[in-house]
Amino acid sequence: MALERLRKPWPDHRAERTLGAVSLLVGVAVLAMIGFVLAGAWPIFQHNGLRWLLGGGDFESEVARMNAAAVHPSAADYQLRAWPLIYGTLLTTAIAVVLGILIAVLASVFIVELAPVRVSKVVIPVVRLLASVPSVIYGLIGILVLVPFIGNHLITEHEKRSVQNVVQLTGAGLLPTAMVLTIMITPIMIALICEALSAVPSAWREGAVALGLNPLRAVRAVTLRAIRPAIVAAAVLATARALGEAVMIQMISGGKTFAPYPSSGWVFIFEPLRTLASGILDYREGVGSPPLKAAVYSFALLLLFSALALSVGGYMVKLPLRKYQTR
Amino acid sequence: MSAVATQAPSGRGRRSSPMTWRWSDRLVLVAAWSAGILLCLIAGAIVLYMGYRGVQYLRPALIFSRPQPSTSQAGSGGFLDPLLGTILLTVIGVLVALPLALASAVWVVEYGQGGRGRQTLARVVESTIEIVAGTPDIVIAIFGLAIFQLSLLAPFSFRAEGGGVFGRSFIAAGAMMSLLALPPLYAATRDGLQAVPGHMREAAFALGKTRITTIRRVLIPRVRSNIATGTTLGISRIIGSTAIVLILLGSTLRIETQGSLPVVNLLRGTGSSLTSYVYENSPAGEGAAPQKAYAAAFVLLIFVLALNVIVDRIGRAHASASGLTAVGAVV
Repeated sequence: MALERLRKPWPDHRAERTLGAVSLLVGVAVLAMIGFVLAGAWPIFQHNGLRWLLGGGDFESEVARMNAAAVHPSAADYQLRAWPLIYGTLLTTAIAVVLGILIAVLASVFIVELAPVRVSKVVIPVVRLLASVPSVIYGLIGILVLVPFIGNHLITEHEKRSVQNVVQLTGAGLLPTAMVLTIMITPIMIALICEALSAVPSAWREGAVALGLNPLRAVRAVTLRAIRPAIVAAAVLATARALGEAVMIQMISGGKTFAPYPSSGWVFIFEPLRTLASGILDYREGVGSPPLKAAVYSFALLLLFSALALSVGGYMVKLPLRKYQTR
Repeated sequence: MSAVATQAPSGRGRRSSPMTWRWSDRLVLVAAWSAGILLCLIAGAIVLYMGYRGVQYLRPALIFSRPQPSTSQAGSGGFLDPLLGTILLTVIGVLVALPLALASAVWVVEYGQGGRGRQTLARVVESTIEIVAGTPDIVIAIFGLAIFQLSLLAPFSFRAEGGGVFGRSFIAAGAMMSLLALPPLYAATRDGLQAVPGHMREAAFALGKTRITTIRRVLIPRVRSNIATGTTLGISRIIGSTAIVLILLGSTLRIETQGSLPVVNLLRGTGSSLTSYVYENSPAGEGAAPQKAYAAAFVLLIFVLALNVIVDRIGRAHASASGLTAVGAVV
């Protein structure tokens, strides 16, 4: 009977209701995600307040203590100061996004405005390829090629000795992480910026050229100015991608909780670091102990909230684009 | 007037050559060209290097033998299980994501326009999918861990010796993979439906078809190639994801079954994928067998390249202005 009803052509209102219900499932999943991650992270908030976002503790020993905690952990086991991880996340993301924007804008102008069709036909698949290479392959090349190269050739013995009491420089650290992260997020930005660039009416640029600007200056003065919101939107998306990158960073960032501050001189670019996402990955086996599990959930919560905020931010910056119909 | 007329050069002459530009403009020109060339060089270096290592280390025996728990390189076997794991995860992920994405896209485009309430709902659906697209896969993995560790869902996941719920299984990982595949699949289908001209719907309605029949018989067949593009993009996200596998499938390289029912035991079991095999065999993991990591990564890269070519082939039919929409949809 039920099968018979399914096989007959559906009445429209039933189809609509079914499809609507199915599409709302994704919303339910998002709400559940926020709820579950918040619930998992709650003990950290309970015991640390918002101070866990700050520095002042010794992160590695806190984690060791969490790992050793009994089934019924005491309040002291929950102590957490996660600033080194937050700092590492912000630092790598900021470097990668700033470098990435620069390269992406230049490359997009190259693809859409400057390159002969024959050249851009090659560059576009290249960008797509770079966007689709899995992060574990970037990590593999990083750890087996880039890190040994930096460790053996770029870091001098003197630099290694100068910080040997604090941290060991192996080559894994901020420099390879920032480099590979930049390569990973640039294609995303190029995709968005290229699309906006080719949506700008060519008459605008032609008008500028007719007024006597050379083609490049016309691009800078008119086209790039018109797509500024798209550049910001691209940066926002790339930020979201960079914040959440876990595997590649875990592989080539040195796997040591250390906050490389520029105050220690140029050598800080060789120092290891840990980000929130790579921390989650690193402590994934420790989720058997309740405090460490809560800590992992709290890192995930931070990433989730940043992703939500960036979603909203990305929507806001795209509004002017919709208004002018350039998208 | 005549003076101006004589000054106007003929043909291409007026198009200023870069040599006459101001130095700052020339600098930007050089920078733009070098950015483009740099990207090509990086991509070329990655493909060539991985190809070189792949040819060097990949042997048929590696593909067709199972990983063995052994300390020596020679005895630790190949990556048959990870390969099967990747395929299984892809199948589960796509099977879950496809109906969700199709239903959402159809509902948003075909039903979500009439009336204020519907428009709001459509916008809610659209933005939730955008949120899913922006959520890092490691957070999705942690979410999966949270829900599959619930005792309610214990039948779906691997159980430890003592009876504790691990929250790890092919079902758990595949279900979360579907969240990765959903956004590109949804975006491709939605764009396809929006591009179908309205007169096709009107013609169907004029023949007395209902909305849902129109969708099934006219619209879905019409956007088949978009669905295929979206599916391919989704697959390439699934096979490239490492974090979800590492967290939700455990770190056993061999496929371990759970229970005795033939298919169910596999779905409830744990295992690995090509990505987690590469990770575990790299110096970052425990295996420290770079040769095998290179070989598996080479296979993975070939998959990714093949999927790229497929997207390109299908996408020819509805090519965008810049040819980069596919990347945008992945985002």
